[in-house]
Amino acid sequence: MAGFFDRMRGRSANKNSGNTAKERLQFILVHDRINLPPERMEMMKREILEVISKYVDVAGNQIDVALENRHRSSLLVAEVPVTKTNDDSEGQAESRLDAADADDA
Amino acid sequence: MGAKVVTITSGKGGVGKTTTVANLGVALARLGQRVVLIDADIGLRNLDIVMGLENRIVYDLVDVVEGRCKIRQAMIKHKLFPELYLIPSAQTRDKTAVSPTDMIQLTDKLRPEFDFILIDSPAGIERGFRNAVAPSDEVLIVTNPEVSAVRDADRIIGLLEADNKGPAQLILNRAKIDLIRKGEMLSAEDVTDILAIRLIGIVPEDEHVIPSSNNGVPVTLNENSRAGMAFRNIARRLMGENVPFMPMEDDNNILRRIARLLSGG
Repeated sequence: MAGFFDRMRGRSANKNSGNTAKERLQFILVHDRINLPPERMEMMKREILEVISKYVDVAGNQIDVALENRHRSSLLVAEVPVTKTNDDSEGQAESRLDAADADDA
Repeated sequence: MGAKVVTITSGKGGVGKTTTVANLGVALARLGQRVVLIDADIGLRNLDIVMGLENRIVYDLVDVVEGRCKIRQAMIKHKLFPELYLIPSAQTRDKTAVSPTDMIQLTDKLRPEFDFILIDSPAGIERGFRNAVAPSDEVLIVTNPEVSAVRDADRIIGLLEADNKGPAQLILNRAKIDLIRKGEMLSAEDVTDILAIRLIGIVPEDEHVIPSSNNGVPVTLNENSRAGMAFRNIARRLMGENVPFMPMEDDNNILRRIARLLSGG
């Protein structure tokens, strides 16, 4: 019975528009806060990849750049998997490149 | 010393800034506070109408700033509260008629004689917003539980932070309790979570609000209005009182009462 009324109140829906609104906002604001729209971030990623590739081999030619928010300050987190160049290496080493956002004083 | 200057702003237009200023002004006056409201939206005068004082304007904010009248001459006394005043905005000028320094000087002259000075900021982030925020001790950001309004609120918070204007507080206006309960609207927790600022009030959507502004009688004078109650609570919080948030339940809905009974909740 309770379930029936819960469904009537819309609680059974896993994905409702309130959640969608929250997720969209989080995505929008993370880019707004450092004034870096998603398209420009892609450009930046390609450039970072180019620069790093001059010095080390980037595994899979792929880097992962994410924007994180911590109490209204933003963090740009890049994960760059590099291929080890010594002969005895077997896999990849990962190095992290953290850059704090300059917008937040 | 003297009055606390509180600026009410939002970024986005149409979220209920003017209604909020009118209602907080009346609610504070009812609590015995001496209050001046300043309409800083030059060129788009509104607060006088919501307060029901539009027929009594002789001088306005720009007249004061440009020295055509004394401050007292531009202050319109409210009909019901002798210690509640409005300084109306000019209707025919633009934002550049007033500077942030003018606003600071004006409020400094008013501070000794009042408890609260509430400034109604125009929408946007340009000169008018800068004027409104310049003299503030506290900033209240009004937003609605909608993606675009919250995004603009975030922008305002960023600008205030860059100006070292203490932590702003949030008023979530036009919350639709039923939609929030169904998960079809951002909740107060969602919004404060995203914006990372303190909540000072949740004002439910209330059908009493429009008739109130039609009549020029702020809704907080209506004892039956839930929005009015929310504004009274915010006024008490502004005075430093610890007022618990209203329960979000809409107890008048019979169907929901039955549902609650049946589910044992």
